[in-house]
Amino acid sequence: MYDSIIVGAGVNGTFIAHDLSKYNLKILVIEAENDVGDVTSCANSAIVHSGYDPNFGSLKAKLNVRGNQMYDQICKDLDVEFERIGSLTLAFSDEEAEAIGPLVANAKKNGVEVSVLDPEEILRLEPMVAKNVKKAILAPSAGIINPFELCVALMENAMDNGVELHLNEKVTGINKTSGSFSVITDKSSYQTKTVVNAAGLYADEINNFVSERKTQIIPRKGEYYVLDHFSEPFVSHVLFTIPTDKGKGVLITPTTSHNYMFGPSSDFIADKNDLSTNKEVLDRVLATATKMVENIPMNRVIREFAGLRAYHESNDFLINEKDGFINVLGMQSPGLASAPATADFVIDLISKTLTMTPKAAYNPKRRPLYRLNQKTPEERNAIIAKDSRFGNMVCRCEKVSEGEVVDAIHRHCGATSVKGIKKRLRPGSGKCQGGFCEPLILGILARELKKDIKDLRFDSSGAYILLEKTKGRDRHA
Amino acid sequence: MPDLICIVCPRGCRIQVDENLNVTGNFCKRGETYGRNEVTHPMRMITSTVKIKSEILVRLPVMTDRPIPKNQIFSVMEAINQAEVQAPIKIRDVVIKNVLGLGVDIVATRNVEK
Amino acid sequence: MLNYDLVIVGGGSAGIACAISAFDHGVSKILVLEKDLYLGGILLQCIHNGFGLTKYKEELTGPEYADRYINELKKRPIDFKVKTMVLKITKNLQVQFSNAIDGFQTVQARAIVMATGCSERTRGSINLSGDRVPGVLTAGLAQRYLNIDGYMVGKRVFILGSGDIGLIMARRMTLEGAKVLGVAEIMPYSNGLTRNIVQCLHDYDIPLYLHHTVKRVIGKEHLEKIIVSEVDDNLQFIPGTDREIEVDTLLLSVGLIPSIPLVENIGVKVHPKTKGPIVDESMMTNIPGIFACGNALHVHDLVDFVSLEAEKTGEKVARFIKDENAKSNREMKVTPKTGINYILPCQVNLDNTESITFNFRVNQPFSSVYLRILLNGKVIKKVKKAFMLPAEMETIELPSALLEAGVLEMEVANA
Repeated sequence: MYDSIIVGAGVNGTFIAHDLSKYNLKILVIEAENDVGDVTSCANSAIVHSGYDPNFGSLKAKLNVRGNQMYDQICKDLDVEFERIGSLTLAFSDEEAEAIGPLVANAKKNGVEVSVLDPEEILRLEPMVAKNVKKAILAPSAGIINPFELCVALMENAMDNGVELHLNEKVTGINKTSGSFSVITDKSSYQTKTVVNAAGLYADEINNFVSERKTQIIPRKGEYYVLDHFSEPFVSHVLFTIPTDKGKGVLITPTTSHNYMFGPSSDFIADKNDLSTNKEVLDRVLATATKMVENIPMNRVIREFAGLRAYHESNDFLINEKDGFINVLGMQSPGLASAPATADFVIDLISKTLTMTPKAAYNPKRRPLYRLNQKTPEERNAIIAKDSRFGNMVCRCEKVSEGEVVDAIHRHCGATSVKGIKKRLRPGSGKCQGGFCEPLILGILARELKKDIKDLRFDSSGAYILLEKTKGRDRHA
Repeated sequence: MPDLICIVCPRGCRIQVDENLNVTGNFCKRGETYGRNEVTHPMRMITSTVKIKSEILVRLPVMTDRPIPKNQIFSVMEAINQAEVQAPIKIRDVVIKNVLGLGVDIVATRNVEK
Repeated sequence: MLNYDLVIVGGGSAGIACAISAFDHGVSKILVLEKDLYLGGILLQCIHNGFGLTKYKEELTGPEYADRYINELKKRPIDFKVKTMVLKITKNLQVQFSNAIDGFQTVQARAIVMATGCSERTRGSINLSGDRVPGVLTAGLAQRYLNIDGYMVGKRVFILGSGDIGLIMARRMTLEGAKVLGVAEIMPYSNGLTRNIVQCLHDYDIPLYLHHTVKRVIGKEHLEKIIVSEVDDNLQFIPGTDREIEVDTLLLSVGLIPSIPLVENIGVKVHPKTKGPIVDESMMTNIPGIFACGNALHVHDLVDFVSLEAEKTGEKVARFIKDENAKSNREMKVTPKTGINYILPCQVNLDNTESITFNFRVNQPFSSVYLRILLNGKVIKKVKKAFMLPAEMETIELPSALLEAGVLEMEVANA
């Protein structure tokens, strides 16, 4: 009997697992995909919003502001890249400028420190912004984070502290029995006192297994451009346009890996598995972004991607509890920024059912990554002296060593696929998009996981990279 | 009769060869020879790889040491696919002697020390 | 800290030829740094023949061509390290590298040559719509998997881009048992050598769709189909021409770009057309002591010309290291005009050299035209050209005696 089963290992599921691991509880996380943080949590703007703009009084506002404050300590303990670079919300027309007043008032009520800038101040901070800018809200507490690293680090630390993780396992039914739940998957079934539904795009299905109040999640796609690193000055804050009810609109931002990103679009789609990008949509994204910054160096684009928001008709977070079943549903923006506070909130809800005794041997820190590129030559050579694989570089664009790849495979919640390495360390995310590094990464994965290289996958089981060895028997099609 | 593109020089003349093997459209004599050969007995070089037992490589690049008839390409490939060699190998080492009795050897095109 | 006269980043065809030439012209301490397991660079996976026709009058395979140069290198006391990655280059000519044997090291050089070759343009840089699934990869990566690792990435292949790498892979995949369903080229003319069109496509009845491109990529976990569409003269999709093709592999052969992030980040000026560094007649960039040659400077079609360029660079680097360059004010700027895409070098110090080899490309196919060279507005040379293609780099050598300070222009004219 588990004390809690968490369905979904996205940013909310992993935060909740991480928080629950502080207590003497038997916890299982069940994730349908091949890795943690593999759906919405790895395809988003990666912004820890300041929390000034969600409507005062909404759950979003409360959790965003609180969550934002909690990130410094969490990222320090878990060694996750996080930078408070601040955000500028830009108004380019009189109409947009008029929206600034109410937003500032809302910020004040939410308890978020902001200031209003005039064009001269804006252009001093961000010289690349279009010269017709009228006004801006500066929110210094906004930050950028590495969302892939965050989910992995949370889960790794949770597993270090005893939480179990099942990947590639899909929940197909949940039955309420007296005092507990029966969670049925495509592989097995489990008994648990509580269930946390953090299933993102599929949280409606999980909810509907148990609750009489059926709900629906509609995927809302956002498409982005990613730019390479470059040394010419570009932007140094998160740049927003004035938010509308469709969402925060197109933003332009640096990333924690010193790339840049701009997007997203916002369109309802039918298929929860549709992560395709579309040139017409991206053209519109570019047109909007160009209004904010006129000279976007499109020759630096290395990738486009799409992420799906879990839209719920209330357009607010839906976090509730009944008899030990906790919903964490509709966690669109600012879901990522709110996640630490969401987890806190969920712990409170769980403690209605479970006895929460703090774990004596709890370790809040995960072993830091090697981050060779941030080490001095002496430190670097000391690491190489212990294990020469740290001297062998396997990723040219992002400068990652074999030793770091091996480490990423063997930690708790380690990488088992090419995408898993990409999320944890960046080979494949750089300019070559895997052109140089992919064969080397496959070789290391095969060796460390003791698998045939043909059996390795980009991510899921059908996502093969190599089909067959040449000179086999059935060569001809 | 087929319309061919001559590949002897980058000009790429479009040449025609009739039933009597008269060549038209060529700029020079080399093109005339090429056109006639392409119609009567087209020949090709083949490059591929063979399996190799070695500490450092799994495939050894190889080549036909002279052109083979174009219509034998896939038969020669079948023979290449069956071959396996053992390091050490030097460039021009014979991997398959007189492949398919065509008087052509398959030779190594890379040195492999071990 | 290690000290060398010359550090060459890249041990492929350009790096090796440059090292040999620099040594033969008097540079004593040379270090070549190569990221792969062996010297030879991309030649090692180019198992097809056609290399060395100009230089050796033979048609060698890539590995054989590389071998000739590697043998020459090994006859000389030139140091080289393999499985070694250069991480950083500084303006004061320091090179930081890492490998498993030496660890992380810094070398102080008196000159650095960028011989890092080029990289393939990826899916992201062409904004190809559709599902982001494996099965879409560059032709060069598929070539590596096939020729080095011995793996097929798929059996039903379509190729986007008629550049030589795509054409070569069309034949290669067919010979290894795949069905290649076609090559789409967005321009109305092919980018590859005619010989490759004939021997890679015609020989195997692989259709070449000019003025076509791939509109969309479709697949759930892996590539399953593509939509190929015709485009008009403005490269816009023509409605009603969509064709759905079932494939498991889409190879991208959509362009090569010089690989120069190591020097871009320290202020080397980049040529807008070649995407490689802007250089003078000694292949030196705007940072004194940093040179470039081979595909890292501009993308070549024939390795023979890479070697030639690299050999000349080695000679010039030697002069620089030995401080033999004339201090001259006689500078000539080189400007492409009608019909010319780019010309290298971009500027020339006339007292440093007896003759200059200009490499250039036209921006569209031309036949029966004249190449006109003007110096300060006056025509100094006119060459009759039966044909010139963007896919084939042209060379012209001019003696310094013919030249003077000012502006040299090159253009294509009808008379």
